[in-house]
Amino acid sequence: MSELPRPRRPWDRTPAGEREYFDLLGGGLVALQPPRDRAPPGPGGWQPPHGGAWLHIGIDGRVRAFSGKVEVGQGTRTALALVVAEELRVPVGRVELVMGDTDLCPWDIGTFGSRSMPDAAPALASAAARALGELRAIAAARLECDPSEVDADEGEVWLAGRSPAISYGELVAGERRLVSADGQTAPGRPTGWSRAGRATIDPLAEEYVTGERRFGSDLSRPGMLHGAILWPPTHGARIRSLGDLPPPEGEARVVREGEFVGAVAGSAGAARALLRQLPVEWTASQLPGEAEIEGYLRSHPSTGDEWDREEDAAGDVDAAFAAAPVRLEATYRSAYVAHVPLEPHCALAEWTGDRATIWVGTQTPFRVRSEAARALGVPETDVRVIVPPTGSGFGGKHGGAVAIAAARLARAAGRPVRVAFDREEEFRHGYFRPMSLVDVRAAVDRSGRLVAWEFFNVNGGSASLLGPYRVPNRRVRNVLADSPLPQGSYRALAANPNTFARESAVDELARASGLDPLAFRERNLDDPRLLRVLYRAAERAGWATRTQCPGRGWGLAAGYEKGGRIATIAEVSVDGDRRLRVERLVSAFEAGAIVHPDNLRSQVEGAHGMALGGALFEAVHFTSAGVKNARLSEYRVPRFLDLPRIEVDLVDDREFPSAGAGESPMIAVAPAIANAIFDATGVRCRSLPLVPEGRVPSAGP
Amino acid sequence: MVRRRRDGAAAGPAGATVTRVHGVTSLRVNGTVHEVPTLPDRTLLRILRSELGLTGTKYGCGEGECGACTVLVRGAAALACRLTLGEVAGAEITTIEGLRGASGLTAVQRAFAEIGAYQCGYCTPGMVLRATAFLRERPEPTRAEIAGALNGNLCRCCGYGRILDAVERAAVRARENGEPL
Repeated sequence: MSELPRPRRPWDRTPAGEREYFDLLGGGLVALQPPRDRAPPGPGGWQPPHGGAWLHIGIDGRVRAFSGKVEVGQGTRTALALVVAEELRVPVGRVELVMGDTDLCPWDIGTFGSRSMPDAAPALASAAARALGELRAIAAARLECDPSEVDADEGEVWLAGRSPAISYGELVAGERRLVSADGQTAPGRPTGWSRAGRATIDPLAEEYVTGERRFGSDLSRPGMLHGAILWPPTHGARIRSLGDLPPPEGEARVVREGEFVGAVAGSAGAARALLRQLPVEWTASQLPGEAEIEGYLRSHPSTGDEWDREEDAAGDVDAAFAAAPVRLEATYRSAYVAHVPLEPHCALAEWTGDRATIWVGTQTPFRVRSEAARALGVPETDVRVIVPPTGSGFGGKHGGAVAIAAARLARAAGRPVRVAFDREEEFRHGYFRPMSLVDVRAAVDRSGRLVAWEFFNVNGGSASLLGPYRVPNRRVRNVLADSPLPQGSYRALAANPNTFARESAVDELARASGLDPLAFRERNLDDPRLLRVLYRAAERAGWATRTQCPGRGWGLAAGYEKGGRIATIAEVSVDGDRRLRVERLVSAFEAGAIVHPDNLRSQVEGAHGMALGGALFEAVHFTSAGVKNARLSEYRVPRFLDLPRIEVDLVDDREFPSAGAGESPMIAVAPAIANAIFDATGVRCRSLPLVPEGRVPSAGP
Repeated sequence: MVRRRRDGAAAGPAGATVTRVHGVTSLRVNGTVHEVPTLPDRTLLRILRSELGLTGTKYGCGEGECGACTVLVRGAAALACRLTLGEVAGAEITTIEGLRGASGLTAVQRAFAEIGAYQCGYCTPGMVLRATAFLRERPEPTRAEIAGALNGNLCRCCGYGRILDAVERAAVRARENGEPL
């Protein structure tokens, strides 16, 4: 908890000239990139607003760069440090990222949607380029030369061809100078990078391997108590009656504020015990179980889903479908799955007078600040949210429930309070990747070209809905549903079910047309970058020279999402007992210029491993009474022995800006495996998970 | 009657916390003897984290499924969430904080750091300790044997390949350069 002091007001709510940059950080130079309003959709798709970036160069030459993004294990802390080091021409070890502190960092919508590289990296690069321009100007004045004659590298400047060098720290000594990026000093192009794009040792590596890294759940404050939340027995149930609360006993008390009921005590166990004693009655809720879920989702379209709707139509699908020789009508299903971050949700709140500080592992600190301020009835400027090192999120840590509970309980108790989920709460009271259904109706003409494409997703979401194929007659749309289980974001949320359905359907059509799955895609794709990863994956895997062996199969799938392009080839075996084994996954991936190759490889390989769980066996089971398998012993996630050989070919294309890479590498794994299972057995599996019990069914559903 | 709950708290039948302490028990952790209240059913995980402040040992599931709480008890890998004070009193316990010897990082730690065999890092202390215990027993393992030995430890970021790379590198270094494990 070595965070910087608290400013008078959050800096994102304070005009730049009034921020106490130099009082808090010391003298020197601050360069900032102003915020961006919502930009029109570009080639990378959705372009949300961002709060800009700022960085400070101190008289010791240290650089502190501020970003509203958070680090929850995806490695952007080092990647962004590399971007700053590159533009500023300093060793990467000299750059410290300050992330996810709502008092000090630029406003940010949240760390999701693979936006850290496309949004935070250019903003920081722009601020850094502006800072370097200013350093050159200061040096030029001192050396009595033109700024263009000043060279800079390794944190030093010198007059071209002469010495001695002057360090950045010396240049800014005695300064309290604030400059803003003006569009005049543009960041360098990736083709000229000398620091970014190379192997880099994480400056924090030692913390991770020695146990010194303090995660949110490792933090404590003097006098800290522990809190617990009273949860409804089923999603959507509300308190019907509660009666009088028991009187406080020493430090232990039950707290009710509107719908919120919680308890605080000397230990989490004691707080939970207090809640178990409450004579609470809940409203009954009529929810479907697993057997009825499909009909329920189809008949309960959600009303407030405009934010996640996509629609596209052209030509005459029905006529083209009726006239085509090769036709497919099928529904593809994806189960509810859980994020299972290894560190469960945890928050610690402390009040100083009327102002709260909340340490919480969240992907959306600024949203949590807003939610907490509203719930607590205080101005947003009185709530500081700090994201400590966090044990992963995968889209599962967007909400503010633990943060708000901790803050309410801390205020009531007059002491710092920590609220941490146990694993069962993590399963029951977070949210899941939605269950979804995709209805596909598609057809191919005699020359192997897609002529009709109807694609309707129920409850999965809109990402990757449109797909990369050229089809003249198409009708594509999605609708969300009122889910009986809480549902929300997830790593490559809708791109997973949509790519599973699309790439399975394309495989079915290719085989029905008598075409090789790669040749079929070639015939129907225009995107050269997607074709490139397809060819590279095929070459690496030996697609063209594969041989047909009994019980052995190959499957191919591809897609683009959030600016990343992936092609995955799965090789599977199915034994006499119909037991499935994924022998290897071979992928080629391209997401523009690679900033941090080692970390990118970890992200891409990890995405394959995570995708394998949802592809093969992960599923939340439930009845009308709620989730049945809310424990790790009952909800299986991938382990060492589950993983096949994973071979990844990373394509570094410096002609394109760096896209995020946390999500897109996941999306082709499940369909590649489903297609390989068909290749090996002739059985088409259209539901995820594909083999919950480990065996391929003898006939498809 | 004190019963152990899954979260490790001791709760009485009326729900209130029961604190029935009959003196103190000695616990040997990382070469130091600590006196902790004699609550024989309290989990080692809770004692390490809450009472001794050794937060490198992580909570992940409370039922021995994830390995985030792996420690060494008499040199063998063990799950701190499944062990009670009564079971470990008197035994020498090593946590991740105690692994660092006088010479700095161990071979396993160094290999994890160099390779970047972590993403969020929450599983890393447990992985490092599990791998350490394994390599001390089996200095020349195959990759498949390492995977089998570590299978009880979850990495939800699924950085399994990198972790296997790191353990392989540590094994070679320990064997050939005599780096301490």
